[in-house]
Amino acid sequence: MEAVRTQDVSVNDLAWKIEYHAERCTMCGSCVAACSFKAIKVEVQRQSIVVSTDNQPKPERRQIARPIIKQKASLTDFCRGCGICEKICPNNAIRPIRNIDNRQKLLSKDSGPIKRGGRTNLNAQRTLDSIVVGRISQMTDPSLDAARHTFDIRAPFGRVLSPKELPFKLENGKMVMAHKAPPVNWIYPLIFSDMSIGALSTRAWEAVALACAYLNEKCGLPVRMSSGEGGMPVKLMESDYLKYFILQIASGHFGWNRIIKAIPNMKVDPAGILIKIGQGAKPGDGGLLPAAKVAEHVQAIRGVPKATLSSPPNHQGLYSIEESVQKMHLSLNAAFGFRVPVAIKCAASSTSVSVYNNLLRDPYKICGGFFLDCIQGGTGAANEVSLDHTGHPVVSKIRDCYQAAVKQGLQGQIPLYGGGGIGLTGDAAADAFKMICLGANGVFVGKVLIQLLGCVGNEQGRCNSCNTGKCPMGICTQDPRLVKRLDVDKGAQKIVDYVLTFDTELKKFMAPIGNSSLPVGRSDALVSTDKAVADKLGIQYVC
Amino acid sequence: MCRIGAIKSKIPVHPSKALHLMLPQQEGHDNSGFAMVMQDLYGTFSDYKDKPLLSMACTQKGNQLVEEYMDSHNFVQLAEWIPIPNKQPGLDIQAMPYYIFRNYDFPEHYNELSDKEKQDMLLDTRLALRKILEDSGQGYVYSFWPDVLTLKEIGDPRDIATYFHLWEDSGCLLAKNIVVQCRQNTNYDIVRYAAHPFFLQGYTLCANGENTFYTKNKEFQKSLHRGYIGFESDSQCFLYTLHYVLHELKWPINYYKHVITPLSFEEIEEREDKDVLKAIRQSLAHLEINGPNTIIATLPDNCMITCCDSKKLRPVVLGQDENIVAISSEVCGLNEIMPDRNKENDIYPNEREVIVIDDELEVQRWKQ
Repeated sequence: MEAVRTQDVSVNDLAWKIEYHAERCTMCGSCVAACSFKAIKVEVQRQSIVVSTDNQPKPERRQIARPIIKQKASLTDFCRGCGICEKICPNNAIRPIRNIDNRQKLLSKDSGPIKRGGRTNLNAQRTLDSIVVGRISQMTDPSLDAARHTFDIRAPFGRVLSPKELPFKLENGKMVMAHKAPPVNWIYPLIFSDMSIGALSTRAWEAVALACAYLNEKCGLPVRMSSGEGGMPVKLMESDYLKYFILQIASGHFGWNRIIKAIPNMKVDPAGILIKIGQGAKPGDGGLLPAAKVAEHVQAIRGVPKATLSSPPNHQGLYSIEESVQKMHLSLNAAFGFRVPVAIKCAASSTSVSVYNNLLRDPYKICGGFFLDCIQGGTGAANEVSLDHTGHPVVSKIRDCYQAAVKQGLQGQIPLYGGGGIGLTGDAAADAFKMICLGANGVFVGKVLIQLLGCVGNEQGRCNSCNTGKCPMGICTQDPRLVKRLDVDKGAQKIVDYVLTFDTELKKFMAPIGNSSLPVGRSDALVSTDKAVADKLGIQYVC
Repeated sequence: MCRIGAIKSKIPVHPSKALHLMLPQQEGHDNSGFAMVMQDLYGTFSDYKDKPLLSMACTQKGNQLVEEYMDSHNFVQLAEWIPIPNKQPGLDIQAMPYYIFRNYDFPEHYNELSDKEKQDMLLDTRLALRKILEDSGQGYVYSFWPDVLTLKEIGDPRDIATYFHLWEDSGCLLAKNIVVQCRQNTNYDIVRYAAHPFFLQGYTLCANGENTFYTKNKEFQKSLHRGYIGFESDSQCFLYTLHYVLHELKWPINYYKHVITPLSFEEIEEREDKDVLKAIRQSLAHLEINGPNTIIATLPDNCMITCCDSKKLRPVVLGQDENIVAISSEVCGLNEIMPDRNKENDIYPNEREVIVIDDELEVQRWKQ
């Protein structure tokens, strides 16, 4: 008999347990081969069984050695609950089940803070679900017909001037532009958020990019996609498709060597530049790409060796908002001939309104968008404490920023985009619509897109192993064996279908409130069943 | 639904004409008030066309407060018309004790002021009077502007007309432009200020419809101009936008419709002036109206305009003969006052059209 040691890790300590039915198992080995985390293994087990082999019952006890699938009791090779074993098993012989009494988090801190990907598991509250579109047009102002009316679903991306600043002059009774105004692109109010090549596999990034291009070219929806901090393939930058992309620059400046070199060869301008100051999932942290994911092509695009790539938490040399305007905004505007809007993305924070106010008052009129990323945003890699315990919800923050602008009569001048948790329940259109009524010009989504590609991670601790380079779905990994699991075309199709439905659903919200253009700031269209939420957002409380 | 109407005439007309235009349009219980703005006045006020005319409804105390303010600000009273009401029993009217229409001479320093300063002074005076009357609860001031008279009251328009002797043309109350509406706000609180037409610095406007972007409009307009106040009705926003576009931004009238009902982005892209139209749509996104509407307005130069929402959800028709152009929500109103006009010349403006009528009754129409 083996001695039991209290400190030994057992399967029961882990967050997920494998439920295995030996009697259904055909020993095909698929599950073990498919488990990218090596959380299960084949083992030979001595079993005592009763058999009867004669014509008449003649039970006989035998000791046999039998191969079985067994979960590893390990804090490194542990089951993440991804379910790839269940997915591949022809006989439903194996599946992961949640172990609520686990001690895994407690035990896993031996080698430093726990790192993982995904979203917050603690602060996934849904303020948006206590808000209802409650102002329905009836009789005096008719609802529109969502299927037959035309809807103008566009959002500005770029610095909008106040009416008195417009450079108009009168010529023969007609107004003409006396000189250029800051560039503004009218885009679809759903932006594919910044997920880099590196965080995503090449196939996953390609699928998102393909969906974006298809939505533009075939469906007439000007959806824009942010490159993420990690550059873009040179061929894409030198193609006509660049116009659908927002180039991101973050504190690591990864990929920008190539971008700058490609500028002279760009046939079209990119849709915009997004300066990433912070990320909602891990505010105060820079980007993090673990060495496991820095594959050769990632090294090539970013111009780095194989090493863990940690972007600094700040843009070096920037000590103030004014300085960021002076240096980064101006230089990036200048790099593209002042033809491309430059926006900024910050982690939502209790200080967001101050930053927004400051940008609104910038005399250069140079910030073309304020992206607020909240605590429910996803990430490829972060410390779990950051994911779960730092950040700020986005709903009230977008509202606060909008109302701060209203107070000064500057609403709409720096378009507001909100992200982080949009579509968390699957209804991104509902989330987007409510955010728009509260003052956002549009929203950005990332996690939803990879979930459409096949990601099974969620806010209850499932998988979330994007940092390991072992993504079982081939989405957040650079392992060619795993990447091959992802079908680019089918993935892109899922995203396209989702966005087309998003568009239809958005109309289903606009029609009953009688609006054919986006009701930005139309808070009277919303009511809340939560008094505190209603009071905070300045909307009607209903019960 | 509000029915709205307007008459523009070469020969000064009496308010009874406007009542005849409006009353056939009544549906059910929607005739709950009467409000009109008369511009380019004749009769009693014809000698004082260049002097500001104060239109107000108040108590005796209210009148006293106004007189004190005007005296202390060196306005000199020139003429006054206080209608003697017909208080016959059974009239449906929630009358105020006094209705006062009073011309003032400007203070002495007026001549030194620029046009803009003069206009601002008149506005500030009205706003100050409104505040005095509002704070004390002693009345309402509707307009204070040369050659413009405003009357608003709650009740049945027929009875209101009887009360003010508006059925009888005594020759004292005449104008070449009358904008009229026969409904108090039956959806929200009954507030005298909520009845259109609304007036601001020479601009008069009434609207039939719902402004579904009321909250957006209001939040933006509050910061644009000190005269943009009240917001007792969502239709006030249309007036403030008209004033903002023409008076503050000084854009030609052609651009008003581009602000309130902008073209779709698809249509803008096909236009030669797309840069300008896009810039307007961007910068004035919060002045868009998005709901069923018809607007009738009078401009400081007496031009009258009308246009509709971009889905043509609310009706309007214009009829004309050689001396009168009338605009009405429904054609039955035109048939009442102009039965012999050539109906083939009636104009039913479409969702992209703007119609402007000048003092010669020349009707211009164009698509935005």
